[in-house]
Amino acid sequence: MSKHHIEAKVNGDPVEFLCETEDTLLDVLRDTLSLTGSKEGCSSGDCGACSVILDGRLVCSCLVLGCEVGGRSVETIEGMAKGETLHPLQKRFLEAAALQCGICTPGFLVASRALLEKTTNPTEHEVRYWLAGNLCRCTGYDKIVTAVMDTAAAMRKG
Amino acid sequence: MAETNGHSQANGQHVVGTRTVRPDGVDKVTGRARFGADFNLPGQLIGRVLRSPHPHARIVSIDTSKAEALPGVKAVITRADFADQPSEFIPAGEMMMNYKDVVRNVLAREKVLYEGHAVAAVAATSTAIARRALKLIEVKYETLPHVIDVVEAMRPDAPLLHDDLFTVGVEPKPERPSNIAKRVEIKQGDVEAGFKTADIIVEREFKTAPVHQGYIEPHAALATFSEDGSTELWTTTQGHYIVRAHCARLLGLDIGKVRVTATEIGGGFGGKTVVYLEPLAIALSRKAKRPVKMVMSREEVFKASGPTSGATVRVKLGATKSGKFVAAFAELKYQAGAFQGSPVQPGTMCAYAPYDIEHVHVIGYDVVSNRPKVAAYRAPGAPISEYAVESVVDEIAKKLDIDPIDLRMQNAAHEGTKAAYGPKFGPIGLEETLNAIRKTEHWNAPLRKWQGRGVASGFWFNIGGETCVSLTVNEDGTVSLMAGTPDIGGLRASLAAVAADELGVPYDKVRPIIGDTGSLGFNFLTGGSRSAFSGSMAIVEAAKQIKADLCARAGKLWEAKPDQVEFSEGHVRPLGALAEKVKPMSVADFAKVAGKTGGPIGGVGRINAQGAGPSFGTHLVDLEVDPETGRTTILRYTVAQDAGRALHPAYVEGQYQGGAVQGIGWALNEEYVYGADGKLQNAGFLDYRMPVASDVPMIDAILVEVANPKHPYGVRGVGETPIVPPLGAIANAMEAATGIRFTELPMSPPKVLKALKDKGLSKV
Amino acid sequence: MRYEAPESVEGAVALLAGAKGEARVLAGGTDLLVQMRADAVDPELIVDIKKIAETRAVTEEKGGWRIGAAVTGAELKEHPRLKQVWPGLVEAANLIGSTQVQGRATLGGNLCNGSPAADSVPALIAAGAVATLAGPKGKRDLPVEDVMLGPRKLALTKGEIIVSFLLPPRPARSSDAYLRFIPRTEMDIAVVGSGVSLTLDGGGTITAARVSLGAVAARVLLVQEAAQAIIGSRLDKAAQDRLEAAARAACRPIDDKRGTTEFRIDVAAVLTRRAALIALDRARTS
Repeated sequence: MSKHHIEAKVNGDPVEFLCETEDTLLDVLRDTLSLTGSKEGCSSGDCGACSVILDGRLVCSCLVLGCEVGGRSVETIEGMAKGETLHPLQKRFLEAAALQCGICTPGFLVASRALLEKTTNPTEHEVRYWLAGNLCRCTGYDKIVTAVMDTAAAMRKG
Repeated sequence: MAETNGHSQANGQHVVGTRTVRPDGVDKVTGRARFGADFNLPGQLIGRVLRSPHPHARIVSIDTSKAEALPGVKAVITRADFADQPSEFIPAGEMMMNYKDVVRNVLAREKVLYEGHAVAAVAATSTAIARRALKLIEVKYETLPHVIDVVEAMRPDAPLLHDDLFTVGVEPKPERPSNIAKRVEIKQGDVEAGFKTADIIVEREFKTAPVHQGYIEPHAALATFSEDGSTELWTTTQGHYIVRAHCARLLGLDIGKVRVTATEIGGGFGGKTVVYLEPLAIALSRKAKRPVKMVMSREEVFKASGPTSGATVRVKLGATKSGKFVAAFAELKYQAGAFQGSPVQPGTMCAYAPYDIEHVHVIGYDVVSNRPKVAAYRAPGAPISEYAVESVVDEIAKKLDIDPIDLRMQNAAHEGTKAAYGPKFGPIGLEETLNAIRKTEHWNAPLRKWQGRGVASGFWFNIGGETCVSLTVNEDGTVSLMAGTPDIGGLRASLAAVAADELGVPYDKVRPIIGDTGSLGFNFLTGGSRSAFSGSMAIVEAAKQIKADLCARAGKLWEAKPDQVEFSEGHVRPLGALAEKVKPMSVADFAKVAGKTGGPIGGVGRINAQGAGPSFGTHLVDLEVDPETGRTTILRYTVAQDAGRALHPAYVEGQYQGGAVQGIGWALNEEYVYGADGKLQNAGFLDYRMPVASDVPMIDAILVEVANPKHPYGVRGVGETPIVPPLGAIANAMEAATGIRFTELPMSPPKVLKALKDKGLSKV
Repeated sequence: MRYEAPESVEGAVALLAGAKGEARVLAGGTDLLVQMRADAVDPELIVDIKKIAETRAVTEEKGGWRIGAAVTGAELKEHPRLKQVWPGLVEAANLIGSTQVQGRATLGGNLCNGSPAADSVPALIAAGAVATLAGPKGKRDLPVEDVMLGPRKLALTKGEIIVSFLLPPRPARSSDAYLRFIPRTEMDIAVVGSGVSLTLDGGGTITAARVSLGAVAARVLLVQEAAQAIIGSRLDKAAQDRLEAAARAACRPIDDKRGTTEFRIDVAAVLTRRAALIALDRARTS
């Protein structure tokens, strides 16, 4: 059985890879493209640690096949900072101590980024429900939600 | 002690106590930080484990020949690849374990004792081949009846897990083996006499289900074995020195030949203080002569790591009508899982520890049953026993019509109280946390029908332990800090702050790392709320050595006597007349002339940290129950807890918030659901229901600081206490909202609705 | 394992009809990939239908709406008009899983996964949606309530796929609502799901209604008696009581780790009443 040969864009860069049908996009990112920022917490779409943005849409990469992304654009945590400049969310998470062990952090940052690109003024309720697919066991979510809302406010001020 | 408390930067400022950005933070927000499964070695094989489908069975035979013959399979291991271990108890975090049990938990020998118990493992060139190989291993089982519930397991006719387990702690010694491994007891005064003086006695029985620590990162290990008998291991763990010790023992290796690196860890909460994959990965690598990487699936984490005990607890508390507790009894029965070692001992110690009671008697039973071996879970044992006690305290408050905070204040342990489990408390902050809660706007906020407010207090004793930290001053004046306790939640920020203040070096010039086992002396694991407490203490020691060394160097440079130099605010300073002749020299100044003045500058703090102070907390929660569905919504939550001294306030708050939310999950929805067949029905995040962001409100965190006089900065460990009060606080709030005392956790909607209906309180 | 992504309905049908071993349709993949990873299914062939234009379109048709089987919940929510006409259906599709899951999950997949607890199905049935199937023998229409026969059992024959759903034209003063019970606030499989769609006359009396219950039987139910209980009424207390009784009577639930039989029956009644009240309120202002 021959592998699929896929050409896609990851974080703005063209990539090429081979994969089996059953390899998920998460498998490809981590094992083939060495982008280990997206994490595997459950492989069943219940924890969000593998969150990426696929053609502008927030998804779990463990629920997408690698062979589905031909010709498409994937954005991962590794693409969130621009050179040495962190995304405002990344900066705010650090300043606000919105992470403890950090395993869920890439997923939360990608998901939060997707939220703020859709809504510039989310309420606490909207933030919590948008992020309900991202599990955190360390923080109790408080500082994460605050960081997202503070970042939204800062970004509105320009 | 107090002398070092004032150490600071040259400008008199302190980094300790401020909200710095953690030094390991950028890597964590960019995805660069490497957790267990992020490590790879060229040529590595993938290892996978074959696990028992039965909760209890004798292993008749294991035939691995077909698996070994599959192309791509490079090694297969079974019990035959591990030497048996004689019985020997050793500390495992705050619990004890026995090597004879460890070797059997890592790979089953005579029997499988739970669904998911490891039976064999393979290493192959791909995951797909490894999974296929597992299917080719033929294991013949003779299934046996199983038992899971702790009360069921204690019955004399219960299926027996170990025919060599005789209850320790009963007289006379039993003649027949049973599932009761141990009976523990603490006693103070005479409870029978005490109960006779009580005006009111409340006695209740409570039941809790097993719950999992719920870390988002599954276990992962990467091992490479060399022909000279040495091995390198990368693993996600709370204690790499402990991993080293276990692997050396189980594989018959010199400790010095096992080098373990603790990767970044994606949560542990006590569940990563033992070994599962590590010995298997090393054994496979030894056989295959190639590196072997192993990662657990989420299902394996639930089925084959260490969820905490389910338990049955009976509490009997007597008080006078003015509210003084006069006698306290409790009987705890905790599941240990397949092998002995539940946290029933700390459960008995903590049950009544927040209160000053003359007569106390607590008995605990450690009971094995056919579910995974229990590992520590944040304040192990205490959430269960204190849930029961705090519920009964609340009931007494209601029956006596005394405010629940007043009742606790009246009986609160304070400095000088002798705890029933032994020690006399030094200064402690329970009363301060109760007062802090009483002063909140939350305490007085109005409530509507079907809303209820509950309060509960909790305690954890915290530990110190063996700790080794090195501080090195680099040639450019920056400081390298190497600690040996994995950082699970911001430790490096706290330790860097302490080192910065001790040496008067700017915070961003201190670079902390967690060293591997080859780089530092022994460190006990990260657990027991010890890493900031002990690590900072060890840094103070290391800094003392550096300061003494720099003063000696200054003495030579300045031709001064010892009483003419001193170290303060980041500089060696000339005193008296000498001050007119020479200028103070900073750490960075010395760094430039290190070679000329004697060589590299550094210090190593090697301590067995003593004087850990207990941390008390009080939680306040408002919730609302939907009387037509039994669904509970947490409306508001406040935590007040004594940190002694918060080295980094934001990360201390984070501990309070995280522990509270774990408690919310434990109280409302988390539980292991077993079928009659002894198999776990909810081995995934879909049906093992941990709180999500929309399930909880903001958690207000109040930092109380009653300095621990035995620590140079006044620090108390804070990580575990936060999970102790929530169960009681939420159960008490449920009672306030519904009028029903729930004595079984979790208080999930079907149970709540049924209880409401039975009492005629629901229109449904 | 083969993966094919045909660009036409005929292409997909041919692949599926001609498959020798087990074949599966891939839309959002939010169920299929989980089942593959859990070793519950090991297909020889995966047919990705997302390149087929008809499965991805949302168009007006004969006064109603045709929704492609592979349109995602997130896309339904972003459609400028759909949530005004069918708020219950759109909210149902957006209760499936998480934001990430809604970014991929589809109505077709949610139905064809064959779980009676599927969130969008009660809303689809209450809406009176008709599924358009394509197979080796051609096209046919099937009311959604006739598609799922039991857990993992569908009325589709070999080679058949669902191409799209047709929602009927909406009379004035009509609306729908979907409620589900889960123990948390998000992320759980529905313990009970209730979809209600209704139409009012000028005086506020219910002239038409459809009620569908999920997770309380081996298939998602269309409960005629529940609709009859409220047609001709203004959903006064007596009508609500009749509605609840009818909902209860229709339930044939199981005891499992998500809920007891008694609990499901009780909550089915409560949710149906609450959903009907929301639909009524929306219909008044629509």
